[in-house]
Amino acid sequence: MLLLSLYWAFIKIGLFTFGGGYAMIPLMEAEMINRYGWLTAAEFLDIVAVAEMTPGPVAVNAATFIGYRLAGVPGSLLATLGVITPSLVILLLLGRFLMAFIQDQRSERFFKGLRPAMIALILTAAFTLGQAALINLTTILIFAGLLILSLLRKVNPLYLICLGALLGLILYPY
Amino acid sequence: MQPEETVPVQRVSLLTIFLVFFKVGAFTIGGGYAMLPVIQREVVHRHKWLKQSVFFDSLIVTQSIPGPLALNNAIIIGQRLRGFSGGIIAALGVITPSVLVILAVVSFFFPYFRHNTYVQAVFYGLRPAVVALITAAALNLARELLRSWASAILAAVLLAVNLLFEIHPIVIMLIGGLAGLVIFWKREG
Repeated sequence: MLLLSLYWAFIKIGLFTFGGGYAMIPLMEAEMINRYGWLTAAEFLDIVAVAEMTPGPVAVNAATFIGYRLAGVPGSLLATLGVITPSLVILLLLGRFLMAFIQDQRSERFFKGLRPAMIALILTAAFTLGQAALINLTTILIFAGLLILSLLRKVNPLYLICLGALLGLILYPY
Repeated sequence: MQPEETVPVQRVSLLTIFLVFFKVGAFTIGGGYAMLPVIQREVVHRHKWLKQSVFFDSLIVTQSIPGPLALNNAIIIGQRLRGFSGGIIAALGVITPSVLVILAVVSFFFPYFRHNTYVQAVFYGLRPAVVALITAAALNLARELLRSWASAILAAVLLAVNLLFEIHPIVIMLIGGLAGLVIFWKREG
């Protein structure tokens, strides 16, 4: 049953991640932390960090990692298959309807409303996850510094992650 | 197959498709947007499977459908080259390195080092870094997309609703999309 709910949870995540990258974070948080209680917010952040530092799409990496944590190798494979299933179905089976859908003016308007919703969702996720990560002045300063850096110039997220790791090593209260 | 869209040199083998997308998966760190130049280099410049313009068209499609960008792009290109099986093989190629690397990390590295003080120190810094990245992603999106008052107000209202009540993200997305259908009615063609 765990395997099935894992597969289903990741199908939902694959199906509703629009725009790639961090668009999957709110859904993963809702499913993994709030709905099933499979992970704590801190564990989730650790997994996203590892997913960001390893090769491959972040959503796929996170799916493999979470699946393994919950149900070993079968779990990792099912979670990963779950996250890619919607893409495969939409592109390979519904391909002929796809262009008509994309060019339809109604779907364009739908997407115009979807984008503000994504911004609201990602900001909310940052807020709730922040409560698990920003636990003292040091972590708040790491957060603020890296946020300002990434808003000022286009830095590869990988460098920011590495900088965070380095700051953690230096500033950790040993 | 329209001859001016794909460059019909020879029939590409499924193994080649797998290996090219395996390479794309293995050599890009940082997700989606980091992969696109790598896919472009392999598919347009190196193997000359697609013209540049067709590659950009496939990007437009991937941005309007759900799922990881690199994965969607791989499926579209694989399908163009070898139909249904090409799409499946390209998808498997792009995810295989992820699965192998993550399984190696979590089954060998993690259990032994998780409680090590230095590893804990690294994650102490990584957590706020990830939150900063997520916040920056939202703010950059906002900068790009909220050029109209209607979008900005919609985002603010949905943010308030989402912070006050526990609502599933899918519901928020549907509300946003439906609101878009109504709000953007008749504006611009």
